[in-house]
Amino acid sequence: MNLLTEKPAKGFYRFSSPQTFYPLAEKMLPWFWVAAALFGIAGLWISFFVAPTDATQGEAYRLIFVHVPASWMSMFIYLVMAAWAGIGLALGTRLSGMMAQALAPTGALMAALSLATGSLWGRPMWGTWWIWDARLTSELILFFLYIGFIALQAAIDDPRRADKAGAVLALVGVVNVPIIYFSVIWWNSLHQGSSVSLTKSPSMAQTMFAGMILMALCFWMYSIAVALMRVRAIIIERERNAEWVRTEISMEKTNAVE
Amino acid sequence: MQWNSATEFFAMGGYALYVWGGFGACALLMAVEPWLVKRRMREAILNLQRLGRAENLDNKNR
Repeated sequence: MNLLTEKPAKGFYRFSSPQTFYPLAEKMLPWFWVAAALFGIAGLWISFFVAPTDATQGEAYRLIFVHVPASWMSMFIYLVMAAWAGIGLALGTRLSGMMAQALAPTGALMAALSLATGSLWGRPMWGTWWIWDARLTSELILFFLYIGFIALQAAIDDPRRADKAGAVLALVGVVNVPIIYFSVIWWNSLHQGSSVSLTKSPSMAQTMFAGMILMALCFWMYSIAVALMRVRAIIIERERNAEWVRTEISMEKTNAVE
Repeated sequence: MQWNSATEFFAMGGYALYVWGGFGACALLMAVEPWLVKRRMREAILNLQRLGRAENLDNKNR
């Protein structure tokens, strides 16, 4: 007699099954959207109306209010994605691979935004859109790692095998994240060092710091919300033969008659 | 507040293209992404509903 199939999992582990996570994600979604909107409104207000003009960079410095959050999220999402992929690889849990898959496009978007906003800041401040410098190049590699992860998974038909192959790629790529983070210390970089660190107080005006943190929280909540939306779609796509998906879908009233 | 007029605000001290370009790119992509995901979700549900109807039809004709 197999106890694992006899008893439904209890407590927190219950949510590691797609069937229980699907409705839970739906319930969590509005909260994350509301949080993203509130942090966004507050963050934008401070970014444009409270934070003073920078003494040396003029108004162009305001790009940090989107550049820094996008860069942080691009690295953080990668770590979370690799962690889910690793858990899936080690424990074979179905939902983990789906989580990793749901995070990848949002991570790629954040990396793209980090590169784009950085470029828009670099043009007036450094006099160039792009330079092959350690910080910029390693962030570009991060973007390619996301794209590679998505492309590799898309190229493999069997989703469980795609999960495994993607997990190996994601885990190997983790080495790039500390390289990005410490690149401004390890190499002579045109990119400035971090203005914010865990060990000392931030080297910028308090209102600028507050705006940056609020925008980072907005980007964070946005990332969670959109990843939860995507994981629900992935669950429906991949579990389409499960009985519970069929009943769930038959109850959805999305224009059943075409 | 450091702006004296709306024009001054939109001019961003001469960096309008860069500042609004950067914030605009973020706003655009962060609006398009949820829209695409929503469409993917709808597509997945519609596909399953079609499949369900096809199976029902199969069973009736048997």
